[in-house]
Amino acid sequence: MTFARVAALVFRKDVAIELKSGEILYTTLFFAVSCVLIFAVAFVKEGQPLPGAGAGILWIAVLFAGNLALGRTFERERYSETLRALLLVPAPRSAIYVGKLVGILVLLFVTEIIVAPMVVLLFRVPLFARPLLLGTLLVLGSVGFAAVGTLFAAMLVRARTRDVMLPILLYPITIPVIIAGVLGTGSLLQSPADEPIALMWIALLVCFDVVFVTLALWMFEPLMTE
Amino acid sequence: MVQLDQVQLVDVSRHFGRRRAVSHVTLTASRGDLVALVGPNGAGKSTLLGMLATLVTPTSGTIRYDGREARSLGAGLRAQIGLLAHDLHLYAELSARQNLTLFARLYGLDAGTSVENALQAAGLSERADEDVGRYSRGMRQRLAIERALLHRPKLVLLDEPFTGLDDQAARLVTERLKALAADGAIVLLATHDLEVAADLATRVAVVVGGRLIADESGGHDLRRRYRAVVGNA
Repeated sequence: MTFARVAALVFRKDVAIELKSGEILYTTLFFAVSCVLIFAVAFVKEGQPLPGAGAGILWIAVLFAGNLALGRTFERERYSETLRALLLVPAPRSAIYVGKLVGILVLLFVTEIIVAPMVVLLFRVPLFARPLLLGTLLVLGSVGFAAVGTLFAAMLVRARTRDVMLPILLYPITIPVIIAGVLGTGSLLQSPADEPIALMWIALLVCFDVVFVTLALWMFEPLMTE
Repeated sequence: MVQLDQVQLVDVSRHFGRRRAVSHVTLTASRGDLVALVGPNGAGKSTLLGMLATLVTPTSGTIRYDGREARSLGAGLRAQIGLLAHDLHLYAELSARQNLTLFARLYGLDAGTSVENALQAAGLSERADEDVGRYSRGMRQRLAIERALLHRPKLVLLDEPFTGLDDQAARLVTERLKALAADGAIVLLATHDLEVAADLATRVAVVVGGRLIADESGGHDLRRRYRAVVGNA
């Protein structure tokens, strides 16, 4: 079995389950939308949003919702120990990691597609003035966050304290992603937009993604063997 | 393709923190062997199966598959292993057909034929499109057994395969396992049921407190012999 085929089968399996239950997609979206609405109530006074808040709120909503999605996705694999069945498949075990990672990324992208227009509407920010740069920041930030999160969620799948441990481990390590995402997006919202600064944060995200995706692919098999 | 004629545990131990789940076990099983691992709860039977399945690494000792270690055989070895665990390795949200199709494809099989055969063997052809979450324990168990055997493994590892099965299903599974061993597979099953072990197994390995304390032939009088060795352990 080829690496790509196994990854695709794992991803398609997650999609098939999600299409039946809708559980993770709806809860993730509900959480992200609620998050943005609560921040709007707190930070928009008399129709005037707090300056500079939009970028941070977009990233907080997406990444907090991402944490929820990570936990639930691996809870499914824990329920009947199906992750162990996948680990027995005659293919590189890191292909399973990639399949799960792609599933999480799709959830994050859907969340971003829903949440970004809400931020534009509620916080009156020109988020789509530089769509290519914004899209690049969101894609790279999501990849970095999901790469680390998928590895940790898989590692913690049999731990009793997994719900507590996942954010405790995940957020400190993904701080560079959060900072790069927020400040890079913030630089695009300035008037005029500061493209060189956004490109600098994009470069940092590329470095983070390359390092952590490589590390995760390398470490997944030994970490998953008890 | 990895041929699997013999599997050998050599002085294998596994500790989880300070707890010794398996302690200095040496055991060999060859083609056609049907070995029952019997012993009280928490004896280390499931850990032994997990180690043989390459999912659990021994703390010390080696496991050899035809004289080679798992690390050197990689994915090719996993293609020859079929594992039925206590948790059944089935997606409750998917139907029986979807579960089997997924694993058939993951093992590179022709999903159509192998899935239909497996559904028939599990007696689930008529309810193949129902979600597994709606099945009874016995139906899930039958499906899980077929999922584990879908790719015709040479090393069959079964943890309590008769849980939840009615008499007829248990008889069918017994016949199936005997046929697998007769075809040259190595079958190891962990069970509490001494009658099943006596009827089915060619050898019975008694595990107590993580140690292998007896490796005997199956057959009559197993309960008395079991009580004698466990009582002395």
